[in-house]
Amino acid sequence: MHIAEGFLPPAHAAAWTAAAAPFVIHGVRSLTQAVRANPDAKLLLGASGAFCFVLSALKIPSVTGSCSHPTGVGLGAILFRPPVMAALGTITLLFQALLLAHGGLTTLGANVFSMAVVGPWVAYGVYRLVRALTGALPETTSLGLAVFCGASLASLGTYTVTSLQLALAFPDAQSGVPGAFAKFGAVFSVTQIPLAIIEGLITVVIVRLLITASRSDLLRLGILRADAAATEPADGKAV
Amino acid sequence: MTRAQEQSGGGIIPQQTGPTPRAWVTWTIVAVIAAIAVLPLAIGAADHMAEPFSGADGQAEETIEVVAPDYEPWWDPIYEAPSGEIESALFALQAAIGAGVIGYFFGAARTRSRLQRESAAASGAHGDSAAHDSRDDPGTAER
Repeated sequence: MHIAEGFLPPAHAAAWTAAAAPFVIHGVRSLTQAVRANPDAKLLLGASGAFCFVLSALKIPSVTGSCSHPTGVGLGAILFRPPVMAALGTITLLFQALLLAHGGLTTLGANVFSMAVVGPWVAYGVYRLVRALTGALPETTSLGLAVFCGASLASLGTYTVTSLQLALAFPDAQSGVPGAFAKFGAVFSVTQIPLAIIEGLITVVIVRLLITASRSDLLRLGILRADAAATEPADGKAV
Repeated sequence: MTRAQEQSGGGIIPQQTGPTPRAWVTWTIVAVIAAIAVLPLAIGAADHMAEPFSGADGQAEETIEVVAPDYEPWWDPIYEAPSGEIESALFALQAAIGAGVIGYFFGAARTRSRLQRESAAASGAHGDSAAHDSRDDPGTAER
């Protein structure tokens, strides 16, 4: 989803930077607030940022015969709400723009908007929705489903926004923006489908490990429902 | 202490207990992830391509060149790795930093949970005298 350096016309680059900037500023503020309100969660916050760092460095082959990478923003958005990921995702994108010539400074705003703003909000929204719909299921199953749907749709959503950004900047001569959107979507969104499934599953694995290793963090953040935990059968096993 | 006791935490701190994900389900998910990642290679999804498994980001640049042949990138990257080797080193560095932080977190979290469980079990077994120990335990002091 990295739009390469210089590949958005100046007006578009400026507009996306202006659109992303308030989210990032609000995100940095949320990040400092989250640390202050929850000093115990500092480590988990770091791990969520690190998760984004790892996943966005992994190029994975897709059935379309090209390679792309997950975004890793779902975990942090679900655990700490989306604004925090606007800050952490921007750090990741900045690292890649400066050291890896992957993305760029002129396109940073557009890339931040797709990966660090839209992605996290999709993850959080879908997570909340699925969690509410699956309330009757066992806690671990409901949480797993919600995390999977949230993280994978965030990944797809990010790449769809990138396709839209490119289509707006480079409308097709005959078919206009919709035609260009279809072309860029064919490159990005279709490639991303298996990767989104992988991203959803990896995020579920991490959350399952968190339930075992750090249940108190998840309870404090309201990810695990305390009453559900208390009313579970004594053998304490679930899928 | 048996594994079952460990997982139920003896019911001393109700909040710390609850359903534990089954390990075999987690391993099955890991296997599915690996299968999805390898599948495109196994079925030869890129056999017909001149550049098999190139990056989607690069393909988007090519699409731009098709849709807008006159477009010239107006800004160049500040730093570009001089070779593919160095670029892959930097990518590996990025993944390594992230994996290191995640590994540290899980190590710290596991130790913290174990100390909590042990102190909870100790106070359950020895009554009041052990409750004093758990207060001195740095793992529970920060709760």
